[in-house]
Amino acid sequence: MAAWATGINLVLGTAVGWLLARKAFPGRELVDAILTLPFVLPPTVLGYYLLVLIGRRGWLGGWLHDTFGINLIFTWQGAVIAASLVAFPLVLKAARTAFEAVDPQLEQAARVLGLGEWAVFFRVTVPLAWPGILAGTLLVFARSMGEFGATLMVAGSIPGKTQTLSIAVYEAVQAGQDSIANTLVLITSVTCIIVLLVAGRLSPPGTRR
Amino acid sequence: MSFSVDIAKSVGGSRRRFDLHVTFETTARRTVIYGPSGAGKSLTLQAIAGLLAPDRGRIMFAGETLFDREARVNVPARARRFGYLFQDYALFPGLNVRQNVAFGLSSGLRNPPRDATGVAVEHWLDALELREVALQRPGELSGGQRQRVALARALVNDPRALLLDEPFSALDPALRRRTRGELDRLLTRIGIPIVMITHDPEDIDWFGERTLYLREGGIREVDDGGMDGGAAGNKRG
Repeated sequence: MAAWATGINLVLGTAVGWLLARKAFPGRELVDAILTLPFVLPPTVLGYYLLVLIGRRGWLGGWLHDTFGINLIFTWQGAVIAASLVAFPLVLKAARTAFEAVDPQLEQAARVLGLGEWAVFFRVTVPLAWPGILAGTLLVFARSMGEFGATLMVAGSIPGKTQTLSIAVYEAVQAGQDSIANTLVLITSVTCIIVLLVAGRLSPPGTRR
Repeated sequence: MSFSVDIAKSVGGSRRRFDLHVTFETTARRTVIYGPSGAGKSLTLQAIAGLLAPDRGRIMFAGETLFDREARVNVPARARRFGYLFQDYALFPGLNVRQNVAFGLSSGLRNPPRDATGVAVEHWLDALELREVALQRPGELSGGQRQRVALARALVNDPRALLLDEPFSALDPALRRRTRGELDRLLTRIGIPIVMITHDPEDIDWFGERTLYLREGGIREVDDGGMDGGAAGNKRG
């Protein structure tokens, strides 16, 4: 589940981060603020929004159900959407910062040398911004693994399907199963520390030439 | 080979505004645009290269219209086939010298391999004495070597003209002197027309077959230097 959320965010976050960094359009900062909302809103509020949106009576969820017979609530796919949304600002911020740090002159140099815009993006921009984006993506992985509130609201807690580690910890403690809780807490902590260390190493050491 | 430029561009916001109006024609093989920093030299060169779209006017090269606001012509930078030497060279930091030199030979989505080769690549590696550092990255090179890599990268595509943005300002004075001589001989050998912008009067002595003086956003006076020059005028500062 965390892997799915990470993958989705990697693609979307990179695309939107690039747009926000390179394209000046009216309301750019407003878009940034709205997309950062999931980071500061209480997870339950976010989960509620999601229920309203993709629940069977929500306008998107209702459409999906009527047209394709797809139901997202209480499924792992629903959990992926919840986790993606919560962690999206992390990738977005990282990607925007990374893209803004790329020297526009290098992109200019590539254009003069005969490259089209897609080639400039994949041969110059992405390689230079990559470490920063990857660092943000790892944070998303850690965040998705620990997702609690929004996931619980949207997907419930079905063992082996939509139960995240943090929800499992909560239930283990509630049920008095301290040894299980201990193990889960340890796994989560160690994984998160590793991810943070790797992310720190990937972060760009200033602008390189 | 001739350049014909008549462009206007306003940059900056409401508080600090800068109006550039440049008009010149040149048929000289070597044209130097001289002026203090902030006079709009870089903007002019970027407009010629297609990296910046002027608000008004026209740019022609060898009879071809590269930019014409009224006719809505704006040939993209990649199709103008000019070489451009950036002030601090703008080498790709993640690529080695070979990859940098070979960069413009392919326009696909992938960078050239580490051992990129080809007749043109080998020719310019030899011509600019870069063979020994061919597998190193720009960060490991000296200032003079970096400039030669940037030159090789610009020339490998066989450009129609070479645009140079303060080519010696990133070098220390002793090296600057030697490098001027080297560039002079190279340009004489390959016979490619150049437009150089500079704020160093010494560059005029070396390369100013025809010199245009740019001050506060306009061409002020023209020194024909004995060459057949066209009309040039100062519209406003």
